[in-house]
Parts: sequence; C-alpha cells; structure tokens
Amino acid sequence: MSPAPFRVQPALDDDNRFFWTSGEDGRLRFLRCQACGYYMHPPLPRCPECGSRDVLPESVSGRGEVFSFTVNHQSWDGGNEPYAIVLITFPEQDGLRLTSNLVNCPPDDVRIGLPVRVVFEQHDLVWFPLFEPA
Amino acid sequence: MTDFERRSIISGIGQSAVGRRLGRSGLDLTLDAAVEAIADAGLTTADIDGIATYPGAVGGAGPGFSGPGTPEVQDALRLNVDWHSGGIEGAAQLAAVINAVMAVGAGLARHVLVYRTVTESTEQGAGGRQGIGIGGAGGGRDAPRMGGALQWSIPFRAYSAANWLAMNAHRHFHEYGTTPEQLAMIAINARRNARLNPKAVYRDPMTLADYLGCRIITSPFRLYDCDAPVDGSTAVIVSAAQHAADVDHPVARVEAVGTALRGRPSWDQFDDMTTMAARDAGAQLWSRTDLKPTDVDVAELYDGFSFLAMTWLEALRFCGKGESGPFVEGGHRIALDGEVPLNTHGGQLSAGRLHGFGFIHEACLQLRGEAGDRQVRTGVEVAAVANGGGPIAGALLLTRQG
Repeated sequence: MSPAPFRVQPALDDDNRFFWTSGEDGRLRFLRCQACGYYMHPPLPRCPECGSRDVLPESVSGRGEVFSFTVNHQSWDGGNEPYAIVLITFPEQDGLRLTSNLVNCPPDDVRIGLPVRVVFEQHDLVWFPLFEPA
Repeated sequence: MTDFERRSIISGIGQSAVGRRLGRSGLDLTLDAAVEAIADAGLTTADIDGIATYPGAVGGAGPGFSGPGTPEVQDALRLNVDWHSGGIEGAAQLAAVINAVMAVGAGLARHVLVYRTVTESTEQGAGGRQGIGIGGAGGGRDAPRMGGALQWSIPFRAYSAANWLAMNAHRHFHEYGTTPEQLAMIAINARRNARLNPKAVYRDPMTLADYLGCRIITSPFRLYDCDAPVDGSTAVIVSAAQHAADVDHPVARVEAVGTALRGRPSWDQFDDMTTMAARDAGAQLWSRTDLKPTDVDVAELYDGFSFLAMTWLEALRFCGKGESGPFVEGGHRIALDGEVPLNTHGGQLSAGRLHGFGFIHEACLQLRGEAGDRQVRTGVEVAAVANGGGPIAGALLLTRQG
C-alpha cells in the first residue's frame, strides 16, 4: 500500500504530543507508570492501576502482532482503497492495544496473529505509527 | 422489594412516516409520532408532564443524526413538564426510555413523552454514508484536527463504526469459527420479516447468494450487514403503571432494564472484543427479574450492523457465549415461527435505521398483538429489546399487561 494521500491529523496538546511526535527518532512510545510499571493507552494524568501521578513516555520495542483487523473497501476519504485497519497488541503488556494500519504488504495478507513492527509515516508535524509484517 | 421498573408501563406508541429522503424536518416527523403516541395512550398534551430523548440536539454527530432537542418539542406541543432529559451518554438509545422509567418510578413525572428522530437519509442526500471526522465528501486539507477519543481511530482511516465493529466481528470469527454464511442469516432474516412490514424500506427478497455477492464495505461486513439510513420518528409514552386500567388496549409493562458497563468504555480497548458492553447490560437485565431467556417470545435486538444482533443473542443468553453463529445458521431458530423470533419488523437492516427506537416500537406492537402479518403468535407475553454496539449498550425486558 502506498502512503495514504491524506490523514486526518490529531489535535496536538500537552498530553498527546509525545505520542504523535514519537516517531521522529523512529521509536514508538506509550505513557508508563514509573511507580508500578503499567503502560497506559490512551494517555492519562495518573495511573489507573495504582493512582500514581508519576507517568512518563517510554519507548517500546515496536514489535507486536495483529489482534484483529478489517480490510476497508468503502471510500470514506477518497484515498487508496482497499486498505487494512489493524488492532495491534504488544509483548510489553497484556491488553496494551493500538488501532493502526498495516502497510508495505497487500491488504489481503493481513491475518490475526501476524507479527508486525512499527514504521512511521510523517505528515507535517505528526509521525503516524503504522505497522508492517515483521 | 418493588423494583423501580415495575412502576412503569409503555402506555402508548407512535411513529411517523418512515422512508428514504422524505424531505421533511425532524420536528415535523417528531410531532407526528408524538401526537400519535399521546392519543394512543389515551392522553392529551395537557397530561404529559415529562419529556425525554436520545441524543438531544447535539452537534457534530453527523447529518440528520440528532433530531430535535426536548426544548423544541416541548415548545411545539406547549407542554408543561416536571421532568425533562436529553443526552447521548448512557445505556444506548434506550437510555431515554430508561431515564423516563426512573423518573416515573421516582415520582417526578406521571406521563413522559420519549422520542427518537432521524433525518439521516434526507440530510446525507446523494453523497452516500459519511465517515466521521472528514468533514463530508472525501476529506482534504481543511478537515478538522481530531481530539479526544476519536484521535485514536480516525487518523488511521477507521472513519466509521463499521470499521471499528468489523474488527470485533473478526475476533468473533477467529475465536469461535463464526462464518460469513452465519452472519448472513441476520440480514436474510431481517429481509424476510421486512417483506411482511408495509413500512419497511427494503422489501425485495434476499438470498444467500445475493448477500454473498454484494460489495464488501469493510471485511467481514458487506453492504447488507450495514443498516439503511432513513427519515423517521418514533415516540413512546412511559406512564405510571396505574394508568394501564385507563387504556383501551394491552400495554407493555417494564420488567427489567440492563444498563451496566463493566469494561473500559472504548471501541478498541474493551477486554473482550467478542462481547463488548452488551455482555454486562444483558447479565444485569437477567439479574433484575425472575423471568428467563426461555420465557422471551420475541427479541428485538439492535442490528446497526448484523454482527451486533449476534452479540446481543449471546449477551441476553439466548445462546451460549460464542455460539451465536451456529444458533442463527439456517435461520430457523430466529424466524417468526422459531424459538427466538428476531427483529420481526425487519430490523434496521431492512426496515430502516430508526436508531434503536424501531425495536421498542415493534416490541410493543408484538406484545399488543398488533403486528399484522408479521405477528409471531397470539399471546406474546415477553419481549426483549436491546440497543447499542461496541462500548454502548442498553436492554429492556417488557411484558404484556391486559
């Protein structure tokens, strides 16, 4: 799949900027509780597990696997259908999930359990974390 | 203990014309439904002392989604109310009904007008279904930037609940071996029933080959797995139970509600993708009544996407967890003469996307024995109604009185 010609951009703020600019150095980051080690997504001002306010972005390996998917054929944005929307899980923590796209392979190659690694697609000041077969 | 639910009945129902591109305003349609429901309840506007709707006059939810808010309808009918409520957060679209049941149970109101109005067909016009967040036809540089929860889906071109729920469906396929042919039966059953409903918008026959041959929207969902935007308004009157004696027809008594939400309220972060919020609303409903799933005569279960009716069949325990595929296979169990007649009016897939309230209207008709050619049998005693999908769920159990 070629890069999407267009992506709706997130509205960057102090809470989400780390996530959406994380790919500038090629690393994927989630917010992590420094007290109990819990990764949280989406970001929160305090850890939902232990209540600590000591939460900081930490990089993860960027490797994961496809937990579920859909191949979208409907033209919502006038782009390059079909394309694969995926829900990725990460080895760093059970239940840590991210919705994204599978790229650099035919969309119909997607399957549950497919090992993937992060790649970034830059649009303006945002690095969208996408995934390709590992 | 007298549960609050049993202090209420649905004493009257009303529904406007339902159709594609009716070209009428939401308020106009709403007044048709409201006036019909008030009269059906044996009341006049002077008797109505409460008003509730879903979602209220909210912006940004898509063209034709909201319908008029309660102030507009209250003013048009010159109502004087002791209680009023509109909102999009709660136990799905049924929250409006359940809030009214709570208000009546609490003694704040005696007769509440509850309605849901959509004009999505007219207002979406010829442009087709739109995604969320792309500002209409095809995005572009002027699309708004996305904050809040939608920033975690829309930038990945997951523009629609169709995309989000398709991933739930694929998990169900993966974990339980559910097949497209099984999913198809929800759409085919709906169409079969819609053929007996003069108000349904799609009434042509649909075969399995028709289903499998129609275009993919977002796998595994085909076009016929997605509901049909329409214009229309549905209204019900929630009254104090004592009013049943003053009505010249049977009424629907409220037996139990399901409003629970016990996982993360998120489309992609919920613990069990195959059940989502329906799981807990369904479990709670059965915890609030002595009736059992086998007592249910008719099931009107949300099918904004076909897969959602399957999740509700499981959540309301008409079949075991993960077993909705084999349960619906062949379509016999869910047919009008089956053990769980499902979406007897055609659901939103074929009767039209009245967005939740079509199901409660149909449940009342079936309980009252007024469903015409699609009446499942005489003596319908118990009806289950469910709304919502993903992190949104509400359920209602109704029984016949009179």
